[in-house]
Amino acid sequence: MGQKEIMGQLRSFIVENYLFGNDGGLKEADSFLEKGIIDSTGVLELVAFLQDTFGFVVEDSELVPDNLDSLANVTTYVSRKLNLGAGVTEPGESVMERRP
Amino acid sequence: MSTHPAVSASPSLLHIDPARETERIVEAMRAMVFNQLKRKGAVVGVSGGVDSSVVAYLSARALGRERVLALFTPEADSSPDSLRLGRLVADNLGVSSVLEDVSPILKAARCYERRDEAIRSVIPEYGPGYKSKIVLPNLLDANRYAVFSVVVQSPEGVTKKARLTMEAYLGVVAATDFKQRARKMMEYYYADLHQYAVAGTPNRLEYDQGFFVKNGDGAADLKPIAHLYKSQVYQLAAYLGVPQEIQVRPPTTDTYSLEQSQEEFYFTLSLEKMDYCLFGRNNGIPAAELAPLAGLEESQVERAYAMIDAKRKAARYLHASPLLVEKISY
Repeated sequence: MGQKEIMGQLRSFIVENYLFGNDGGLKEADSFLEKGIIDSTGVLELVAFLQDTFGFVVEDSELVPDNLDSLANVTTYVSRKLNLGAGVTEPGESVMERRP
Repeated sequence: MSTHPAVSASPSLLHIDPARETERIVEAMRAMVFNQLKRKGAVVGVSGGVDSSVVAYLSARALGRERVLALFTPEADSSPDSLRLGRLVADNLGVSSVLEDVSPILKAARCYERRDEAIRSVIPEYGPGYKSKIVLPNLLDANRYAVFSVVVQSPEGVTKKARLTMEAYLGVVAATDFKQRARKMMEYYYADLHQYAVAGTPNRLEYDQGFFVKNGDGAADLKPIAHLYKSQVYQLAAYLGVPQEIQVRPPTTDTYSLEQSQEEFYFTLSLEKMDYCLFGRNNGIPAAELAPLAGLEESQVERAYAMIDAKRKAARYLHASPLLVEKISY
């Protein structure tokens, strides 16, 4: 699955679940926290979506904004989890705890 | 917001004059209960904690001890200390008191059953004889989400921890919220019976950060200590003569069967440090300046400030009155 496809699925989920169908010009780099879109409870819903849709486990150590706080961050994180390494910009080192 | 160098240079940022503050509060309480609300006294839910004890003492001073009813509402998960210390407060003050065990109401509402089902969805072996609580990870040392885990202890004493899914988290919270709402229902029963007002007991941290259940402990007719930081409540407790045992008792939420401190549940900071951070935030004190006073790193204070802002945002829904399409004057 390419990054474009991941981003597309993610955007639909975010718009459907948190923005009640109204995209509102959500940009790829917009912080979900700062925009008031996803808080600590909402992030659990995002985690369930990622696990169900992409079939991997989100580890406790990965529950950080660097991975989950914008369309761009989540896409990068999902790509990494799916081992689509090529062309992926690495976020902060602290979240790079790769699992076997 | 401007900084307060004179204040922030002081080691006792949160010091108050307890005599003056007591006088100010009791005067306000008299005006609220008798003049504004036109009630004959106050019901106070007394939990054996420092906040409700201070409110009971203030109520007795403000309204007269014969106009205060202390209500004890233990339930199956309450520590036995809660009732014992609550009684101590009522006895010391010489106010009337009533014991209403709310466990049967909670059982009828399937509070425990619903909570246990939610826990079992992440820890299948959880069952009779187990104890539980929910906890947060350390949020101060890294930028992470405040995602709760459940901790259970088997009857043999073995503990296990699991991260909650959203369904499980909401299931546990929605079920345990019955406790605060059942208690409030009882408080209003006695308020109606005696034409009393219900005195709420939140301190400033709880009120500001939304550490209450909407229409549960968040409901009241007056909240006489909602402007006081936790350490200021302790200063009043000492001044008012609240029993020493209550003053030195570590604060708990008294909601979960495994012992749970308030910071573990909600703030992830000791209440004393949280007091400093909230005061610093409210008074525009830069993180670098507050850090040494609070005994924290600058980065920790910055995270605390960010968490305070986030919690405030989340608390707006809890504070909101029912919304109307059109303003109605009454």
